[in-house]
Amino acid sequence: MSRNNPSQPSPNAIHDSAEQTQFRAQVAAWLEDNRPADPGFLLPQTFMEVGSEPVLDFLREWQHRVWSAGYLGMAWPKQYGGQGMSRDFQRIADEEMKRLQVPICFNVIGLGWAGPLILDNGSDYEKEKYLKGILNAEDIWCQGFSEPNHGSDLGSIQTRAERDGDDYIINGSKIWTTMGNYAKYMILLARTDPQAERRYNGLSFFLAPMHTGGITTQPIQKITGEYGFTETFFSDARIPANCIMGEEGQGWRIAMQTLQYERGAEAGAAGGISILSIVMDDLIKMAAEIEREGQPLLQDPVTRDNLVKFMIEEKALQLAEKRSDIAALCRDYPNSLALSGKLRSTEFFRRMRQHALTLQGAQGSLYVGDKDTIGGGFWQRAYLNNFSTTIGGGTSQVQANIIGEHVLGLPKD
Amino acid sequence: MTRTANTALSFSDEQAMLLESAKGFCGDKSDSNAVRSLLKSESGYNPAVWNEMVALGWTGIAIPEQYGGFAMGLGSTVPVVESMGRYLLGTPFIATTLAAQALLRGGSEAQREKWLPAIVEGAVGSMALLDNEDWGAKLCSVSATDNTAISDSGILLTGKKLLVADATVADFFVVSINHGGNPALAIVDASQLGADAISANTLIDETKRAATVDFSGVTVSPDALLPHSEQALKDVRLIGALLTAAEATGTSAATLDCIVSYLTSRIQFGRLIGSYQSLKHPTVDILLQMDSARSLIYHAATVLDEGPVSEDAEIACRMAKAQATETLLFAGDRAVQFHGGMGFTYDCDAMLYIRRAQWAQHQYGDAQHHRLHLAKLLLD
Repeated sequence: MSRNNPSQPSPNAIHDSAEQTQFRAQVAAWLEDNRPADPGFLLPQTFMEVGSEPVLDFLREWQHRVWSAGYLGMAWPKQYGGQGMSRDFQRIADEEMKRLQVPICFNVIGLGWAGPLILDNGSDYEKEKYLKGILNAEDIWCQGFSEPNHGSDLGSIQTRAERDGDDYIINGSKIWTTMGNYAKYMILLARTDPQAERRYNGLSFFLAPMHTGGITTQPIQKITGEYGFTETFFSDARIPANCIMGEEGQGWRIAMQTLQYERGAEAGAAGGISILSIVMDDLIKMAAEIEREGQPLLQDPVTRDNLVKFMIEEKALQLAEKRSDIAALCRDYPNSLALSGKLRSTEFFRRMRQHALTLQGAQGSLYVGDKDTIGGGFWQRAYLNNFSTTIGGGTSQVQANIIGEHVLGLPKD
Repeated sequence: MTRTANTALSFSDEQAMLLESAKGFCGDKSDSNAVRSLLKSESGYNPAVWNEMVALGWTGIAIPEQYGGFAMGLGSTVPVVESMGRYLLGTPFIATTLAAQALLRGGSEAQREKWLPAIVEGAVGSMALLDNEDWGAKLCSVSATDNTAISDSGILLTGKKLLVADATVADFFVVSINHGGNPALAIVDASQLGADAISANTLIDETKRAATVDFSGVTVSPDALLPHSEQALKDVRLIGALLTAAEATGTSAATLDCIVSYLTSRIQFGRLIGSYQSLKHPTVDILLQMDSARSLIYHAATVLDEGPVSEDAEIACRMAKAQATETLLFAGDRAVQFHGGMGFTYDCDAMLYIRRAQWAQHQYGDAQHHRLHLAKLLLD
């Protein structure tokens, strides 16, 4: 997390070399000049909010423009649409995009998951075929890991992939497929060997074409009333056998490798910001603008105490990442900070965003679409969408079990 | 509103070695039996252990070399204090460290030369600050009547200070007084006190010692006043908050270990009780809060230096204190509850932790006190 204050330089700017300083200024100038006009809808904060064609078209055009300017895929090889430069330049470009709060680069599964995987493990053919389309947003990627009724327990995947000549025949269904209805490719985890002794060994990993007979998608209406995910059904869908990545039975290992890239989705090799972050400053700004009895809400002692509590928590979250690099300060429970990061940050944001609605008074009961909402209903939508982070990728309650059992050594249920 | 942007956090190899050796030392000297054997003692600590700490050089860690210290800074005091908290090791270390910091930050050269080498050698000092229950007060109820113009007899003090840490063993006190309407700090040698001046408190935390000290009738010469009292008083209050936070964080770690050990050995209704999520999840909350506290205390230890406490360091110290003592209150409270009937007994160590939690929250201002000040620093 970092401060989103467009008038303040990025905190990392002080470490720039002369060349980097110049580059940073160049990116900032380009972003200011090319920032898209207000599209008339609330900008998506994450790639999980692409629920309509106008939003899709808007984001696709933006990402294409960022890539064309040379600010996306900066550390990817030139021959595949990248710039072949050091990651530092992409980091700087990302920092400026974040600071200036331009729209996200939405093809996140491609940029952050499939792309790095193909770069690391893929054949020359695969690199040639897939990478450029990820960067220029022509080919949207989705992810097919979760299944209905299995939540985040990937070991229980039931979707079948059966070898038949030069094809695999896929049967089953996936859920929470982001942009499933718009995607051209899916990274798909399916079971090739139901008899495998260890259930993880029966899984295989595919780069599956979505425009295939037998694959259908059903948009899911989210808690916000918007769309962004689909349920995806496979009914005797035939995909070419060369879509498999690695060997049969290596699916679990490759999926785990892919999930490792997830953490780097924002700051990784591909670059581009994947979220429009909301930070404490945004909440404080709102409290300063709301009036109660002729005074800014920010002067109310109870409000102040609550805000400071959140700020202490935010600071501790920011420090956790740094402390986890200092082994001497992590001797008690060495995995604690690494395993608790998701739980801590997603729960912090959930409570912080809910608190924003509380501070709004009666206006907190309005919703996106009402002309009197504060910030167009930005906080309302952000709070409800935040549940995707406290539920997806292992619910907070499952996270607490994992930490209790794997960090503290408490017995399983 | 970018005042929380400083996230500096570093820890040198030297600090890491000190942390390991302090943890080892405190663990050896202060197991549960050792702690309990001192609960009813007058001084609250084992002089032989204190002498060993002095011999190890700990009393000189944050004192400059010219006074015989090791000039490693407060950043190296924090891991020692955290380790002491982990094993509830009772000593006048925190009180003395704060008195030394007051002299370093506000004292004259003569005052430093008199006391700092003595502190390195094991002399005990203590801050006498509190006028009443309120850490938010100006702390200057002891009045100073300046007689120097008339009689050479110096400055006459009148009034009491509450909850003066380790008062019965202190060689000197640094007392906040009312000097012409403003708080100032004065050094009072223990030998200057009247026979009945110190009356020991009965504390909720039986591992700690504090007393009401009556300074009435003590006359100090003008050169007993610290020339830079105001800065020293401000700094010492913040450093006191940080050291209390560090000690409390060590105690939170011990409390967590105590809970985990019980949850992984006690069987009820046919299961280890740690398998119940109603106990498991709050225990995870304690871990997460302790992690936050530890990050915050070492951040404060990183940004604090020998100069006047900066705004970033003030924010860090106050955040550390607010987080660390609330964490220990929660951890201690749950430790008692999770031990069931055992937890209600004096034999259960959870008693030690929950009592320490009450003590720690009120040393150098409670969480709400610090958040009130943080609000001014962060929101205005």
